[in-house]
Amino acid sequence: MKIRSLVSIDDLTTGEIMKILKLAAEFEKDPVQEILHGKVVATLFFEPSTRTRLSFESAVNKLGGKVIGFTDSSTSSVSKGETLNDTIRTVNNYVDMIVMRHPIEGSARYASEISTVPVINAGDGANQHPTQTLLDLYSILKTQGSLDNLNICMVGDLKYGRTVHSLLMAMSRWNTSFNFIAPEELRMPDEYKLYLDNIGLKYNETAELQGIIDQADIIYMTRVQKERFSDPIEYEKVKNAYVLHDHMLSGTKPGMRILHPLPRVNEINPDVDSNAKAYYFEQALNGVYTRQAIICTLLGLK
Amino acid sequence: MKNLTDPKQLLVSAIESGTVIDHIPASTLFKVIKILGLDRIKNQITFGTNLESKTDGKKAIIKIAGKFFEDDDINRIALVAPNAKLNIIRDYQVIEKRVVAVPDTITAIAKCMNPKCITNYEKVTTRFKVVSKKPVALKCHYCEKITDQERLEII
Repeated sequence: MKIRSLVSIDDLTTGEIMKILKLAAEFEKDPVQEILHGKVVATLFFEPSTRTRLSFESAVNKLGGKVIGFTDSSTSSVSKGETLNDTIRTVNNYVDMIVMRHPIEGSARYASEISTVPVINAGDGANQHPTQTLLDLYSILKTQGSLDNLNICMVGDLKYGRTVHSLLMAMSRWNTSFNFIAPEELRMPDEYKLYLDNIGLKYNETAELQGIIDQADIIYMTRVQKERFSDPIEYEKVKNAYVLHDHMLSGTKPGMRILHPLPRVNEINPDVDSNAKAYYFEQALNGVYTRQAIICTLLGLK
Repeated sequence: MKNLTDPKQLLVSAIESGTVIDHIPASTLFKVIKILGLDRIKNQITFGTNLESKTDGKKAIIKIAGKFFEDDDINRIALVAPNAKLNIIRDYQVIEKRVVAVPDTITAIAKCMNPKCITNYEKVTTRFKVVSKKPVALKCHYCEKITDQERLEII
């Protein structure tokens, strides 16, 4: 593969995505391998994201590599006013790869253009988080056996949710039918619906969770955050309408699985956790295998 | 030289050779000057602004003696003067007329409207893919957000 950095899921062809997912399945069978022996990976987290960072660090450690980095920009020279340009030009001398999380949008693309080593975008503000999308795809492929002809219900904050937008764009490469279930204030933005119209994929929008989920192969849950509402009364009205309970799952397909990028707050009631259809913790484990596959692919080691 | 009797040609014929850029909106004249770097060249330049135009309201015109533009250079003004027309002059005659076309990519001209974009934080040359030409819509190479005509700012 010619690609060097991974900034956006659109940087990958469908063939490259499938190769990474296939490699992730190999790592799932045999996760501990000395492929990264002698290699150092930097995790530069300019804003905290414990889950993503631990997942990357676990992936590197299982492959025999070493990790250096910082977990919060207040503990790095950024707090002294160093530019991103200078941080990247310095750190790329120490490592074989940079994993970066940064609150500014486009920072990862910029870093990838400066850096002499591959850069993996672990989230740049509200823009892209391609490794999350790849692990979502891996989880869907693994549970459904295919990425084609699936019904995906996206629930919750569809307006600001970066993960649902990326997943929508990625799944639109296959024949997917979408159901968007969101409160009025947090509906899927028009640009994504126009995009689906243009490429001829079906979607359906509703504010009601019950019933519609019976068609789903995948339910993708997201958090409905209070701070997203201009009117707190609106939030109070809808906050319980997008909570999944175990009793709501009785009519759903046997093979249906529930995904969530985590962390969860209250949108999935804990009584769902013991249901075989709950898949979000396995999804987090899949993240480690997927990141192992991404790291090795970008370094040309697999 | 009989073209001098035609008032439309009068302005054009006034330079011996060079380029006349006509139908620039009066409001964007100085942006055009800046984009083309006319404030930094030694050629003789005359311009008029707030001229009456039947089609454009108030228009501006620039005459640059001894200067000929490549398409790639001149298309850079399409964002601010989409209806501009070029007259290429040699020996007082218009030998060629050209219109501007919005290019497929825009580099180092426009500002990304997203306040959270890296290009608004560090010294990064802005780059856009033109996703719509009329009205203009630009997709930022970095933050991937769309800057539309209404929010378009020239650096």
